[in-house]
Amino acid sequence: MFVTLVALTLTAATFIPLGYIVSVLFDTGLREAAALVFRPRVGELLTNTVALVVWTVPVCVVLGVGLAWLVERTDVPGRAWWGPVLVAPLAVPAFVNSYGWVSAFPSMYGLSAAVIVATMSYFPLVYLPVAATLRRLDPAVEESARALGSGPVEVFWRIVVPQLRLAILGGALLIGLHLLAEYGAFVMLRYDTFTTAIFEQYQSSFAGPAGSMLAGVLVLCCLTLLGGEALLRGNARYARLGAGAQRAARPIALGWWRIPLFGVLVAVVGGALGVPLWTIGRWLWLGGAAVWDTAVIGQALGQTIGLAAAAALITTLCAFPVAWIAVRSTSRFARVIEGANYITSSLPGIVIALALVTVTIRWTPPLYQTVTLVVIAYALMFLPRALVSVRAGLAQVPVGLEEVSRSLGESASATFFRVTLRMTAPAAASAAALVFVAVSTELTATLLLAPNGTRTLAMQFWGLSGELDYAGAAPYALIMIVAAIPVTYVLFTQSRKAAGV
Amino acid sequence: MSRLLVRAVSKTFGPTRVLDHIDLDVPDGTAAAVVGASGCGKTTLLRVIAGFEAPETGTVQLGAETVVRHDVCLPPQRRRIGYVAQDGALFPHLSVADNIAYGLHTGWRGLGDRLRRHRDRDRVVELLAMVSLDPGYADRTPHQLSGGQQQRVALARALARKPDLMLLDEPFSALDTGLRATTRQAVADTLRAAGMTSILVTHDQEEALSFAEQVAVMRDGRFTQVGPPEQVYHHPADLFTARFLGDCILLDALCEADVAKSALGAVPVQRDAPTGETTLMLRPEQLTAEVVTAEHSGTVTEVDFRGPDVILTIELAEGAGTVTVRRTGIAAPARGDRVRLTVQGSGTAYEK
Repeated sequence: MFVTLVALTLTAATFIPLGYIVSVLFDTGLREAAALVFRPRVGELLTNTVALVVWTVPVCVVLGVGLAWLVERTDVPGRAWWGPVLVAPLAVPAFVNSYGWVSAFPSMYGLSAAVIVATMSYFPLVYLPVAATLRRLDPAVEESARALGSGPVEVFWRIVVPQLRLAILGGALLIGLHLLAEYGAFVMLRYDTFTTAIFEQYQSSFAGPAGSMLAGVLVLCCLTLLGGEALLRGNARYARLGAGAQRAARPIALGWWRIPLFGVLVAVVGGALGVPLWTIGRWLWLGGAAVWDTAVIGQALGQTIGLAAAAALITTLCAFPVAWIAVRSTSRFARVIEGANYITSSLPGIVIALALVTVTIRWTPPLYQTVTLVVIAYALMFLPRALVSVRAGLAQVPVGLEEVSRSLGESASATFFRVTLRMTAPAAASAAALVFVAVSTELTATLLLAPNGTRTLAMQFWGLSGELDYAGAAPYALIMIVAAIPVTYVLFTQSRKAAGV
Repeated sequence: MSRLLVRAVSKTFGPTRVLDHIDLDVPDGTAAAVVGASGCGKTTLLRVIAGFEAPETGTVQLGAETVVRHDVCLPPQRRRIGYVAQDGALFPHLSVADNIAYGLHTGWRGLGDRLRRHRDRDRVVELLAMVSLDPGYADRTPHQLSGGQQQRVALARALARKPDLMLLDEPFSALDTGLRATTRQAVADTLRAAGMTSILVTHDQEEALSFAEQVAVMRDGRFTQVGPPEQVYHHPADLFTARFLGDCILLDALCEADVAKSALGAVPVQRDAPTGETTLMLRPEQLTAEVVTAEHSGTVTEVDFRGPDVILTIELAEGAGTVTVRRTGIAAPARGDRVRLTVQGSGTAYEK
């Protein structure tokens, strides 16, 4: 009962952003809302945003699938080593990557620059699931197709790609949502999207109707992506059939192609990791000891750790009841909860932040500009991420073990603490770590919501690089990347272990 | 004509020699079984014949065509083979009908035909009937099928292209015991009806003996014996083969002129048997135990009831060791009964 109540409250909270959009729509009046939406500026932003998604997503898919195939299925030099390296770009926040490229090539701006930087930041989101799926595909299936008269190329298109479809779609959806939500990277490249425009509006006219209407269009874009992915995915679920040990696939001999394809791998890693790291290294070298202002950096680090730890703890705790219902209940309520979280997870941070600003100013002014509000925003934004981990952990606890505990005389709640929680602890830890890193590199919502005097690492970096003090920003970039590396590695190892799609 | 001829095929993985000069001749329209413990190389042999692995030396000839020569190795899609993997390896993203129709149109030329797939419907139904499945299964997805049904669909898919040679890689090992026997019988009947040459790879000796006209026992990359099932079962070439294929009774015997004298009396053995001190091998079902009051040859020390039959452990008189006897469970001797043993058929003698 208590669990249901908590889950209900959380689910209600996840509807705040959507509710805010709808309520603003009615407050403004449909006529004025239409006037605010159907104007040339919105058309321009829409074109920009759509162009960005339409270019970046296919490029990332081709790159991600190609690299995954190279690393998992061929004898390209150093194949054991490339796996973690190609996931490492996830540790570099997109706005840091952008800073690296702009600093190295100051003339970069506009669509092409945005596509390049976004591709270099986000292709691992396709690479990671595709590589994991490729490892798991049963080679016997491909061999059967060979015995049925298909050549290697045909096997790839008729057998391998269809089985990768879910991984590709999932990765593509994530990339699309990231593109819609990203703020810092595109501001640096002077490329206007809905998110950057909403932010601009907020700075000039606070939470006015114009900005809110833009947010409404942005939410529609997100829902379109979700719907499109659901439509393409259909009901497909490809589990490996049957039991028995699975043989590892034989790597394909590339012959003379090894060298040029090795070059491609080097170039991609150079673009995704080399450029930002080189820029940071160069500015640190030029800035020398002067940029390491320990007092300021220490303060930023302390505040970031405080915020991130609080958000990680609260988000993971909130994830438990929701995950519990999702795993153990087959009711419609459970599916509604899952759906609600799925939709919230797709909403950009700026929409959530805007909604919270509006709601607190109208109903709970004391909360406005407090740390509490920031943490609530983080929890709303990152609950779905924590949920994925916690739910997987809970799903692996056999109900039978809990029943044994009950039969040995423990109460339901004691069983939860002595059996369930103990066995879910690793999953909960990885959920907390995921949220921790996401918060410590979060920029958009933090800029909007943080109380005066807050200086997180991301904010400090953003402020300094905005004043073109690239050397001063470098230490913050370095600290954020270093903090994200362990979690990125955890993601990588999890993807290798993951069972089932 | 689809006779399979394997000559002197060798294959190494790193330092281990997985196949060591393998010869195998499977006449047109017959079934052969390769049986051995796991890791003995039997699956590698099958993969060489299928074209998934290339051997270092040797030739493989399928019908009139040489598919493997020292420098030529035809890719699997151009050999006329059917292949059924251990767990069926059905394509998880295709329906049963699409799985079966997969091989009917392949390559660029098949592209147009694939789009007009309703034409394959009759053939799919026909193939489902061949493997005794209802046409209603055509629109199911593979994970809606039981293990035995998946295996039958995999066979139908392999049969669709009318291959010259069917390769079965432990296709029944993932099934539970009851299903295994019926599925094996159904597959064997289907293949026989189609007059297809086939090779079954398995680690289950009973499966090999019942399935094939020719059984090859493999150990460490070599065949220890190749021959008809009765021959290899009753007259194994060596003790390893004897033990691998079933329970054995081993007794010391003095052998002369193809007759072995042991604690069980004189037993005829194979032709050209070694002479002098030998080990005599008999199968437990060759012995009959009759309860007697005098002139007994042993005492029953243990009765192991197994449903259809019982295994009696009998201690021979004068400390000549123990033997096991397999017989029906009806009116079986009890523990402590004194019995007289007689031997049916002939045994096999091995040099000591």
